[in-house]
This record gives sequence, structure tokens and C-alpha cells, in this order.
Amino acid sequence: MTMITVKNLRKSFGNLEVLRDISVEIKEKEVVCVIGASGSGKSTFLRCLNKLEDITDGHVIIDGQDITAKEANINKIRQEVGMVFQQFNLFPHKTVLENIILAPMKARGTVKEEAIETAMELLEKVGLKEKADSYPGELSGGQKQRVAIARALAMNPKIMLFDEPTSALDPEMVGDVLAVMKQLAREGMTMVVVTHEMGFAREVSDRVLFIDNGIIAEQNVPGELFANPRNARTQAFLSKVL
Amino acid sequence: MEAIINALPYLLEGLKVTIYIFVIAIILGFIIGLIIALFRLSPIRVLNWIAKIFIDAIRGTPILVQLFFFYYGLNSLDFISFDRTTAGIITVAINAGAYFAEIIRAGIQSMDKGQSEAARSLGLTSTQNMRHIILPQAFRRMLPTFTNQAIISLKDTSLLSVIGIADLTQQGHITIASSFKAFEIWFAVGAMYFMMIYLLSLLTSFMERRFELR
Repeated sequence: MTMITVKNLRKSFGNLEVLRDISVEIKEKEVVCVIGASGSGKSTFLRCLNKLEDITDGHVIIDGQDITAKEANINKIRQEVGMVFQQFNLFPHKTVLENIILAPMKARGTVKEEAIETAMELLEKVGLKEKADSYPGELSGGQKQRVAIARALAMNPKIMLFDEPTSALDPEMVGDVLAVMKQLAREGMTMVVVTHEMGFAREVSDRVLFIDNGIIAEQNVPGELFANPRNARTQAFLSKVL
Repeated sequence: MEAIINALPYLLEGLKVTIYIFVIAIILGFIIGLIIALFRLSPIRVLNWIAKIFIDAIRGTPILVQLFFFYYGLNSLDFISFDRTTAGIITVAINAGAYFAEIIRAGIQSMDKGQSEAARSLGLTSTQNMRHIILPQAFRRMLPTFTNQAIISLKDTSLLSVIGIADLTQQGHITIASSFKAFEIWFAVGAMYFMMIYLLSLLTSFMERRFELR
């Protein structure tokens, strides 16, 4: 089953065209990594998938609903699409637990006891149960990012988007976050991951998209794309990062 | 000293009036400021314009002129009648409101965009984002600036004596008229304002510690 359909997506900031005609389909339970140089448009592509960026032209269809349609209820659709940011973006004035239960209670109307129960299960899953009553400021970067993942999962989304989730982390913190993401992939979550972690892309993803200059220059299963890149730009990029 | 003690019951009467007007005006002013700030940031053009005109008009005219306008000006119209206290409260509230609006707008705009993005990506509406994420954090940052404006508004209430409101300043005038002890009584009046403002800043530093940014 197709979970995400992107059709002729274009995105401009003023005169600058960042995404030029991107079309791609992502299936349920598929893990797709998006790689490319800085400024290639890969983060913008990801942010279009939950309409954090206004879409200039084209269509993005999430689980059968066209988010570009005028009548689309974007708040409702976003409840099904979790997002994890490079800078974590935890709410600093709320405890870890409050960060996690806020959206289920306010957006979904879950009762507090139930939201707390789910939150504690998720914290256990990301290995931070003992941090429930801490404030984000008291956590390390890796811990913050795992809380952010738990917060997104608390909405029980169908899709998870990751925007360079390990890029702001100290090297020794990266492993813990990737481990949580791998676990999630194994459990069958549909995931789109913008990343510079080529090891993760190679090991975990079903497919890798190489975005260059606003288009998908090449896509393939990771084994093929990393071993035999066909596009000259892909070759040049991979020779620099591998 | 004797002059002050004799005048004290009258001054305390005035103090009560000043505190009463200040408390109501500052609460109203805060509500006005919040509404105008949200208008100012609204994507709806008309609301934007209303907010801009309001802020510019209030900031661009002296508070004394505003007071005369609300009391004498509006009261000269057949269909409006304000008593002095109402006119005074409205003047101080609207004045504080215009400045609060700019403080709140700046506070909201200074918030990291990532906070809103995280909230919206979880499916919270823009109203829920404002209410639970942006405003609570922005208010903490704004506390010191709020105090500043509150202190200014408290001092502004002394202008209300010119339309005959029996506030602390007016009571000073009255007691001097009978005792002729200008030095002692203005000193006492000044000390009372000072005490109020001192308590106000104590309250703020308490609140700042209580709601410390984490």
C-alpha cells in the first residue's frame, strides 16, 4: 500500500527554486533515506511532506489525503505524521512527561491517565523512563532527541519524518539515537529520514534517494546506490562522504 | 513630622484610590495589549491595521491629551457620559495596552521558530500552539519589561489628579492647601509612590525566580 505520494512537487523561496519537480511514492513500512549535499533541498523536501513549508506547486498525498487540497485539514493529517528535528525542539518549559502527553491530550483528546501510561511505555522504549520528571535543559543532546522521538510516537503516527536527527549530536550520542530509529524500522514504521549517516542509510533503509539541486538525481536500494552509483553527481557526492 | 501625621489619613485615602485605579487599569491594559498583539500578528489584514493604528495613535499622543480627550472630549458628546474615575482608568489602561502590545508582539516574535514547528508537526492548532507553547515561554521572558511598563503606568496615574480624581497626588495638593507644609507633604507623597514601586519590583523578582526559564 502506498503511504506517501509526491507528484510534481515544486517549492520556491521567492525567486529561488529549491525543489524542481519531485515525484516519488513511498510504501507502507518502507524506510527511505534522503541524502544529498547541504542546500540540495533534501530538508525542504521533507518539510513539504507535512506542510511545514507551503507547497508552491504539485501534490503531496499522505495516506490517501491530498495535503495540498484547499479543504484538507492539515492539523488532522499532521497527527498521523510524526516529525523529529535536528535541533530537537523540545518544549523547555515542560517536563519530559509533559512534552510527550501534551499533543495526545490536546489534539487527540486522550485522557490524562492514558496519555501518561503511553508516555511511560515510550520512555521505557527509548531508555529514559527515569527522566520523566526532568526538564529538557537537564538532558544531554542524545537524550533530548530520544525524548523528541517518544513525543512524536505518542501520537501513534503512521509515518515518521526525521530531519537530520543526529547532526546536532556529539559523536558518542549518535549511536543511542540511531538504535532507537533502527528499532522503529524493525517494527514496521514508515520512515523518511534525511541524514548524513551513510552507515545508517546503508544498513537500515529499503531505498535511498539522492537529491541534488532540487531533483531526485538517483534512487535505488542502498546496496546498489552505494556500490554502483550511476549518476555522476551521486558518484561525486559519495566519493566525498564515504 | 506633625504635618505628615495630620495629613496621613487623607494621603492614605488617596493611596487607596491610586492602587484601585492602577490595579484595574493594569489588568485591563494587559488584556488590551494581548488582544492587540495577537491582532498585530494575525494573518488577517484588517486586524493588523486596527492594531497598527491603535498603537501608533496612543504612542503618538501625550497621555495628558488622551486623558482630556476621554474625559472632556468624549463627555462633551451627548450620548456618552463617563465619571472621572472611569475616564482615568480607561486612559491608563489604553496607554499601558498599547505599550504592552508591542512588548508582547516582540516577545512572541523572538521565540525560536522550531517551537512552533514542533507543536504544529504534532497536530496542534495555531491557537493551541500559542496557548500552550509560545505564550507561556514568551511571558516569562517578558516579565522584566512588563514590570517596567507597570511602573510607568503607576506613575502615570498621578496625572489623573488634573481632572480632579482624589488620588494620592490630588490628596497631597489638598492637604497642602490647608497645612501649607509643601516640603513635608510632597516628600511623604513621593515616599508612598516609591514604596509602591519598590513592592512592585520585589513582586517581579519573586515571580522571575518562581517561573525561572529552564
